[in-house]
Amino acid sequence: MMTVHPLPGLAVAPYERPSGVHPPLHFAEYRSTALRAPRRPLVLLPHRLTEVTGPLLGAERVTPAEADLTAQHDGEPQGQRIIVAGRVLDSGGRPVPETLVEIWQPNAAGRYRHSVDDHPAPLDPNFTGVGRCLTDSEGRYRFITIKPGSYPWRNHPNAWRPAHIHFSLLGRAFTQRLVTQMYFPGDPLFFQDPIFNSVPEAARDRMISRFDLGLTVPEWALGYTWDIVLRGRGATAFEQPDGHR
Amino acid sequence: MTGLTPSQTVGPFLAIGLPWPDGPFVVPEGTPGAVEITGRVFDGAGDPVPDALVETWQADPDGRFAHPDDPRGAVSPGFRGFGRCPTGPDGSYRILTVKPGALPCPDGGTEAPHLDVSVFARGLLDRVVTRAYFPDEARANAADPVLASIGDPARVATLVAEPAAAGRLRFDIHLQGDRETVFFDV
Repeated sequence: MMTVHPLPGLAVAPYERPSGVHPPLHFAEYRSTALRAPRRPLVLLPHRLTEVTGPLLGAERVTPAEADLTAQHDGEPQGQRIIVAGRVLDSGGRPVPETLVEIWQPNAAGRYRHSVDDHPAPLDPNFTGVGRCLTDSEGRYRFITIKPGSYPWRNHPNAWRPAHIHFSLLGRAFTQRLVTQMYFPGDPLFFQDPIFNSVPEAARDRMISRFDLGLTVPEWALGYTWDIVLRGRGATAFEQPDGHR
Repeated sequence: MTGLTPSQTVGPFLAIGLPWPDGPFVVPEGTPGAVEITGRVFDGAGDPVPDALVETWQADPDGRFAHPDDPRGAVSPGFRGFGRCPTGPDGSYRILTVKPGALPCPDGGTEAPHLDVSVFARGLLDRVVTRAYFPDEARANAADPVLASIGDPARVATLVAEPAAAGRLRFDIHLQGDRETVFFDV
């Protein structure tokens, strides 16, 4: 057994432990949770070195072209061209710089380019539906894509997902890792969607982007702004009260 | 504090967006001392989960991280530390890596070599987090504060990979059921 000597001065500042934000693992209305969500109580994992660190991937893994989902084929995809942009922040309002943001989505007709998607809507030869970028030094990200369509699923009778884009964020620490979905304002399908409604009511609107005329490019594309907030340091989150918001 | 963004399920179509060609390779094939960790993800009925994503995060062989929050810095430059693999039709995943070193705890103890493991899938509204420990580290595992906090040896055993062929370990993940893996509130 290798001896590891205590490290004088090794201070690990833990991250906050959120409550009232994330959905429960068990949510009966979303039927797929029944056989997949763990039944036993989770064991508290104190934040030590493995949890406060995380992969810091370099810009060499991402090309600028990957942020434009409308320019990945010979022709342009069908649908409403949109810009989706915002900032990745921690709960203290500090930007999360140079972190990987990955997105995937169905096409304008609500069909994913995936073999198990049998929704009888057309595929678009000019749309893959996958994008990636790194946030800049201020935590900003920006994608060009088309507005995804809604699609039916078999969770309950006449079930339809509200239009959404899947987002995956690595953050700067294992504790900050987040996979979520971004929705569009005014979607009439929210009321019947168990995935959206699995989130505590007070936090649901944080998943809805905002139409932004300032981000909209005249005669070209509509803009939607969506900021993403990852966990911050529990001990230092109050140093900068309401810093950027 | 600003309101955190809630988690949502990765859904059934993650395979179009998240897998990377080099995702399973924390280290390149042919790396001396590399260990292949393979396993399967099972649901509460004992059926394989064919649409999950397994991610791993770990220290380098010296027990260090190339990250500003590890004040010691890294000894092995360029070590990625991160692995990502979607499960196949039989629920299997594969990560090629090297064994991490033991880690000093802020309170003076020592954590045994381990990988932090996240599992994402349709039906999981948030990721679930577990840890993979190494079967040839019995003494270090016995002194590990996280394993000690679990107590029940049968539960602890769900976090220790099993030796397979030379250079290979098996780490199955049971989301639910009699053999349910220990998952952590991280």
